[in-house]
Amino acid sequence: MYPFFYRPMFEVLEDGWSSFLLEQEFEHLSSVTNEWRLSCVNKDFSVCPSYPPVVIVPKSIDDEALRKVALFRYGGRFPVLSYYHKKNGMAMLRSSQPLTGTNGRRCKEDEKLINATLRSGRRGFVIDTRPLNVAQQARAKGGGFEQEVHYPQWRRIHKYIERFHILQESFIKLVEACNDQSHNMDRWLSKLEASNWLTHIKELLTAACLAAQCIDREGASVLVHGSEGTDSTLQVTSLAQIILDPRCRTIRGFEALVVREWLQAGHPFQQRCAQSAYSNSKQKWEAPVFLLFLECVWQIHRQFPCSFEFNEHFLILLFEHAYASQFGTFLGNNESERAKLKLPQKTMSLWSWVNRPEELSRFQNPIYEANSLVIWPSVAPQSLQLWEGIFLRWNRPSRFLEEAEEERINIIKYNKELQAKKTRLGTVSSLGSCSVSELGTVSAEAGTLYLQLCG
Amino acid sequence: WEHVEQVKLLDRFSTSNKSLTGTLYLTATHLLFIDSSQRETWILHHHIAAVEKLPLTTSGCPLVIQCKNFRIVHFVVPRERDCHDIYNSLLQLSRTAKYEDLYAFSYNPKQNESEQVKGWQLIDLAEEYKRMGVPNDYWQLSDANRDYKICETYPRELYVPRTASKPIIVGSSKFRSKGRFPVLSYYHKNKEAAICRCSQPLSGFSARCLEDEHMLQAISKANPSNRYMYVMDTRPKLNAMANRAAGKGYENEDNYSNIRFQFVGIENIHVMRSSLQKLLEVSGTRGLSVNDFLSGLESSGWLRHIKAVLDAAVFLAKAIAVESASVLVHCSDGWDRTSQVCSLGALLLDSYYRTIKGFMVLIEKDWISFGHKFSDRCCQLDGDPKEISPVFTQFLESVWNLTEQFPQAFEFNEAFLLQIHEHVHSCQFGNFLGNCQKEREELKLKEKTYSLWPFLLAEQKKYQNPLYNPDFSPELTLLEPNTVSFNFKFWRNMYHQFDRSMHPRQSVFNLIMNTSEQNKQLEEDIKELEAKIKQRNGRSDVVLVKEQEQTAPPAPLALKSPPCFQKEQPPVPVNDAVRTIEGSNAADNRYSELVSEFSKAEPAVVSLEYGVARMTC
Repeated sequence: MYPFFYRPMFEVLEDGWSSFLLEQEFEHLSSVTNEWRLSCVNKDFSVCPSYPPVVIVPKSIDDEALRKVALFRYGGRFPVLSYYHKKNGMAMLRSSQPLTGTNGRRCKEDEKLINATLRSGRRGFVIDTRPLNVAQQARAKGGGFEQEVHYPQWRRIHKYIERFHILQESFIKLVEACNDQSHNMDRWLSKLEASNWLTHIKELLTAACLAAQCIDREGASVLVHGSEGTDSTLQVTSLAQIILDPRCRTIRGFEALVVREWLQAGHPFQQRCAQSAYSNSKQKWEAPVFLLFLECVWQIHRQFPCSFEFNEHFLILLFEHAYASQFGTFLGNNESERAKLKLPQKTMSLWSWVNRPEELSRFQNPIYEANSLVIWPSVAPQSLQLWEGIFLRWNRPSRFLEEAEEERINIIKYNKELQAKKTRLGTVSSLGSCSVSELGTVSAEAGTLYLQLCG
Repeated sequence: WEHVEQVKLLDRFSTSNKSLTGTLYLTATHLLFIDSSQRETWILHHHIAAVEKLPLTTSGCPLVIQCKNFRIVHFVVPRERDCHDIYNSLLQLSRTAKYEDLYAFSYNPKQNESEQVKGWQLIDLAEEYKRMGVPNDYWQLSDANRDYKICETYPRELYVPRTASKPIIVGSSKFRSKGRFPVLSYYHKNKEAAICRCSQPLSGFSARCLEDEHMLQAISKANPSNRYMYVMDTRPKLNAMANRAAGKGYENEDNYSNIRFQFVGIENIHVMRSSLQKLLEVSGTRGLSVNDFLSGLESSGWLRHIKAVLDAAVFLAKAIAVESASVLVHCSDGWDRTSQVCSLGALLLDSYYRTIKGFMVLIEKDWISFGHKFSDRCCQLDGDPKEISPVFTQFLESVWNLTEQFPQAFEFNEAFLLQIHEHVHSCQFGNFLGNCQKEREELKLKEKTYSLWPFLLAEQKKYQNPLYNPDFSPELTLLEPNTVSFNFKFWRNMYHQFDRSMHPRQSVFNLIMNTSEQNKQLEEDIKELEAKIKQRNGRSDVVLVKEQEQTAPPAPLALKSPPCFQKEQPPVPVNDAVRTIEGSNAADNRYSELVSEFSKAEPAVVSLEYGVARMTC
């Protein structure tokens, strides 16, 4: 495959393969709380093949207990920390479904693990991304959900998020509708509606807002899972972090989020993005799960255009590289596969390239102003838009829009230049009482010192 | 009643019935709600389209007010008796029987008489025809309608081909519905082609009129570059044919030489009225799903109609710019669809109309002077509800669509369009009152009321598009919009202007507006500083400035917070970013006004001499 043969034409300043280690994330966490620990129980991928070698879990739960919990969760995906809300100490966990089966199996260690994230006397929320009947049916196949009797401190909310082939079909329908320019208005609108794509966007955004609301507004911890915990679960946990955590709205923070919540968390990129995104593929495992996430980020970006350090092009870049790339970052389905393929040794990381200053400048949002607040998007249909940068990119003359965007950037740049010039002139003009010969020798520092002395 | 306390204002889209409590006042011109944090909501009586009393609930008596600017307010009044009083007063105040009772006749902006006169002279249509290049060898000013004798709904000054004699004009006008014979609307001086407008011919199944045929021939002959002319009937063919049974109809190509006849299929005012009604029903639904929104948008037909209007304008503009052919546009009476198509066509052809002043001229010419029935269409007086139709709103929406496709081609911004829409319905200024020029003269509007345009020009900073590039399209280059369906979008800022929860929490538009404004101020400041330095220290200092610029010394401000540490600074909280989620929890109202220029309250302007209205019960 191409990434194995690709030879970069740039100097690597920082190896992207080691840019975002969970250990660093844990260090950051340790500075605010000591309730968590780093566990290496999965160091050889034997406890959970789709998890990374290290995970963050409640301090009070030992590796032995984790092994037992892994047996109780689908694919061994025991609950791990996804996000810690510094503001109130609430946590967001993610996992896969519990294997309760039809006879209501329970696992004391599992209960203990997730209860360890609750404050005394407080309740938590389980957000199950399947509808109740699907969750119930899953019991027949050995799966299931957290039953009230065994998890009395948890309230379960079923918030359905569409998955797999339905999502893929929706995507194909939308692309078809966008590619036919001959549609009259009625046909275009009915095709747009029939694709259901914007419905999926609204549902996913709502679920993420719900998770964020439980944490920030209700002051409750949250556990998110669907069936496997590798798709809709990750969409919800990562979007909730975009809403809650200003760090995730920076370029590096967003990269870290993608690494942590998608790559290390074991979203099967190889299966989901096997074909080209635009192809009319009906392959079983193909699904634009990651694209849906990116589009939701874009929707939030549209509503809070000053709160993100990156621009739309950055999201489009990630979309493109998830499907086809000269870099090894999105290869494989999980960390275990990446280790086996020796990707860090044999291929180049996308982050090595994109984090070089000359590349980064293309993805910076000129109107970014760090916003430390939680950003709640509107999910009303009137507030959602079709992502033209993805769906109409080949069908729509965009020259005028691009020129307008350039003009916006120019206005911002010009403002900065003028501000700087005014400040400089202000300094010079207040030095007015000095003679010209004196001025010639006055260094800039002395000049400002003078200013301070004179008041 | 003078005021009612403990009234609740509900959030229209809230699912958890969030509300503000406050006091409701009634003035001679406005309904005013002041909530407990002293925030004011002003609603002009003339803006009220409908008042509805809903069944009594445990918390009180709900009262829903729908406004013509698409604001919908939902009050809950604690006592039913009070609610009933408010309901009756509003019903009475929002239905005006005669023009003299409209706001414009009492509105007093504290201008003296000469300012008032000057204000009305700001837009001069005689100047505008001169700018277009008429009169010239082919076109002349006709005095046929000087006393409104030939057509009551046309202006006094009309431009016609030089070869069209008075008998031809008179004959043609008798063969046209409401006497609206073909006249010049726009002259393209480079192509020597004209946009002309009229109403439908009274042709029935076979009638013909030689004078009318001569009139069209005169128009085609007035164009030396192309002797063929288009006749655009903006109606759907079926409607035009049905009109023949009533002795009206459309031109028979066999009777007119050198014409190409074309239907463009824009629906009539009744279809448009119910289309907008459906659109508003859908967009006003609480907890709306995406699919209900999209299917509602489709079945309302609204965007289809907007596309039809713009498609027609593109056809017209291309005939002129590409084929140098003159075009005669009509519909039935020639004051609704014809106004839309002629004005949009000219807007595509001539960049002057894309400036702030030019857009005012365009509205004065194609809408006001040619007799678009603003009074009937906007229901200024209590009249026939079947006459109401959002024809002008569609024009503004078509323009908005163009500004979205060509962000640098227009000198004005969206706020300008919204403000014009606001005042078309406010009846605060004289421009849009009445149905035609004759009626306006009879009402003595220029003496008794004020013109809107000088007020908009005085605050034009608010309406300037910071991205505008005058070189984008040099004079008389055609703007060619892409009218593929997906380019037409729901105009959220129009139909949800007052529903703050629907809009982006941070506005790029406002940011760019403010930055651009600040840039101008900074340029001034820098000029001043430079002059000061030059004056004080002589020439050698200018050299120093240059040196310092090159070496970029740290400025005093930068000393306090070196740039390299800026990222560590605590970010400034943006107070409008906090909000709950619709769907999971209702949007709440605790945020500062999103777009301040959209706030319509004008406390300073409300004339207090009329004081608080009398009690009605």
